[in-house]
Amino acid sequence: MLTTAERRTAIGTGLSAFAALVVFVALAVYALFRPDLPPSQTSFWTPYTMRVLRFTLLQAGLSTLLSIGLAVPVALALARRPRFPGRLWILRLMAVPMGLPALVAALGLITVWGTQGMVNDLLLGFGLDEPVNIYGLGGILLAHVFFNLPLACRLMVASLDRLPGEYWMLAAQLGMKPAVIFLRIEWPALSRILPGIGTLIFMLCATSFTLVLVLGGGPAATTLEVAIYQALRFDFDPARAMTLALLQIGVTAVVLAVLSLLPAAEEASVTTGRRSRRLDGRGTASVIWDAVMICCATLMLLLPLGAIVWAGVRADLTGLLTSTAFRQALATSTMVALSSSIAALLLSVAIIGARLTVRETKTPGKPLLALSAALGTAPLLVLLVPPVVLGTGWFLLLRPLASGSSLTAGLVVSINTLMALPFVIRVLEPAMQEHRRKTGRLTASLGISGWARIWRIDRPALIRPALLALSFAMSLSLGDLGAVALFASNDFVTLPWHLYSRLSSYRTADADGLALLLGALCLVLTLIGTSGYERRGNSHG
Amino acid sequence: MGNILEAPEIRLDAVELTLGATRFRLDCRIPAGAITAVAGPSGAGKSTLLNLIAGFETPTNGRVLFDEKDVTPLHPSERPVSLVFQDNNLFGHLDVFTNVALGVRPSLRRLGPPEREAVSAALVHVGLAGMEHRLPPSLSGGERQRVAFARVLVRRKPVLLMDEPFAALDPGLRLDMASLLSQLHRETGSTVVIVTHDPEELRRLSTHVLFMDRANILLQEPTADFLSHTDMPMVSQFLAG
Repeated sequence: MLTTAERRTAIGTGLSAFAALVVFVALAVYALFRPDLPPSQTSFWTPYTMRVLRFTLLQAGLSTLLSIGLAVPVALALARRPRFPGRLWILRLMAVPMGLPALVAALGLITVWGTQGMVNDLLLGFGLDEPVNIYGLGGILLAHVFFNLPLACRLMVASLDRLPGEYWMLAAQLGMKPAVIFLRIEWPALSRILPGIGTLIFMLCATSFTLVLVLGGGPAATTLEVAIYQALRFDFDPARAMTLALLQIGVTAVVLAVLSLLPAAEEASVTTGRRSRRLDGRGTASVIWDAVMICCATLMLLLPLGAIVWAGVRADLTGLLTSTAFRQALATSTMVALSSSIAALLLSVAIIGARLTVRETKTPGKPLLALSAALGTAPLLVLLVPPVVLGTGWFLLLRPLASGSSLTAGLVVSINTLMALPFVIRVLEPAMQEHRRKTGRLTASLGISGWARIWRIDRPALIRPALLALSFAMSLSLGDLGAVALFASNDFVTLPWHLYSRLSSYRTADADGLALLLGALCLVLTLIGTSGYERRGNSHG
Repeated sequence: MGNILEAPEIRLDAVELTLGATRFRLDCRIPAGAITAVAGPSGAGKSTLLNLIAGFETPTNGRVLFDEKDVTPLHPSERPVSLVFQDNNLFGHLDVFTNVALGVRPSLRRLGPPEREAVSAALVHVGLAGMEHRLPPSLSGGERQRVAFARVLVRRKPVLLMDEPFAALDPGLRLDMASLLSQLHRETGSTVVIVTHDPEELRRLSTHVLFMDRANILLQEPTADFLSHTDMPMVSQFLAG
């Protein structure tokens, strides 16, 4: 219910936002295709690129299998015990890795599983002298499982908790044995969502940069993204970076295409859903098995988190906080995070607004419908071209120009903006849609429009979801190492880069302290950013 | 379908149970081989009564007796009971045949020819001949409840508990299902307990009534007596619909 002028403005703004997005991505991709390099250098299928591609797919495939394979028994155990004390906290704990910067988690994992870590000390104590090696494929898999097992587990528990309570009563009454319950009830429910979860995890692992940079990196354990970074920053071989970037786009395109064909897993009511009564799994063996599964998963998450805190508080925190380097990095990070999250918010509002306006139009006609569909692909476009690839394209474009820190800052802000866009749209779109549905006709009939409508009608209803989205976007940007890695210089250091350079120069105590500060900051922002979901769930429970 | 085991009288003997802040004290006799309606305002504890008989709830005190046999410590699968809920009686991803066959044998082994025949015969009996391979989402609400009845038939249990089995159906269909239920009851002679909100259904089907309010059983009497109990405001309110 908008006036014609308002409709035009809404659609025009959305179109401009989308155009800016497309141009930014397209320019980067265009730079990757530039033919001005000698053909011998741009050959695609060298043994090196093949090895990197194979390792990228191998580690992503193994990470996916391990994460899901280990998550299934944990999810079954958690779903089978809907009301033990601490269950809600374990499920909340499983959301923590989502808000933790990869670099911070890597540090925690090294403290637990590294050469001088707790696990190896324990193994040595038992007389085993083969220490677990955190570097290489093993470490990458460990880190990917740390991030993705909880994700898979939450989605699976949600899907099992959503099964009708009558199923469990019928199963008990019909006298179904555990194997039958698994094959007849639990597995059919899980198998519907497993392809979607698997592809999502594969996507996350195939584009994972920071974890591979810190834990892999050697020639034997390099993924496309890290190889791009090495080609640009160490070997200065733009041709190779281009080839690798194109391969990376190819991989993400295939995975995204598969993902779009699969049903998505919903997480709606994971922590507050109706708790069904489970009558199976009363035997001692079953109770012990489930307890072991749940404890192992919890420990796997808690130990690295605990290690971050434990190592962090032993660092000279006041010294760190007052150091010039830290203050500068904090200022830079805050600037980048604030500008990129506000930009992501504005772009998202423009794009969603245009889509909703088209949807409300009575007879939209083909061009408008096509536009709306195109706007809907914005999040997809961003996922298709990962940050490091975007960065590579722009790196190549801007190479001829003198590099300045304001240019660098602009690029990092833009890339972080794009990274946050899919998440911001996902938080805002349902809220804006609901708001329009509730208030559209009334505001139109009262003739409230323009700034009056934005201030008096939209602001009160949408300020909360907007702040949530902003907080989540800031956390993403604050923890990001990918975009910065390509452009960081002495004049442009963000917190994650500061932390990474401390780690690379073996200032481990400093790194531990920084990891604690950065991790805490990002977690608080993510918690604020996701608090809306649980509150919404509670009002129903 | 033939007669099954002797249908028992069900007795709740000084049963006590606390759920959250609600304390139940239930004491009643449900006559053998009759249809007993459980009525009362929502939240009165009607479903909890069924859960106690089925074994989904265990009393903190008192006993649940089938004739003279104490079934209190028995697991739901060990009690001679079948259940029909208002909804979700069928596993949505399994076809009609498998859903009924689970009542014969809840394992993964395939059924032998006589058992397969019994399943098909039960489907014919409830008016769903030839629907073996349909999936529950493709059936109407009434058809789904008929499949649930077919499973009750193949299970051949002497007690049938129903929690508002027809509440989700429209009135015409409710009438059909009620007559199917009376027909099946005439054939099997089982002890039926049916929770209902519908005074018409209570009149049509039941010979006895348990009237509950706030976790207590207020009345237990033949339906004819209950219908004349209009001096109680709660009863007249219920009968007014």
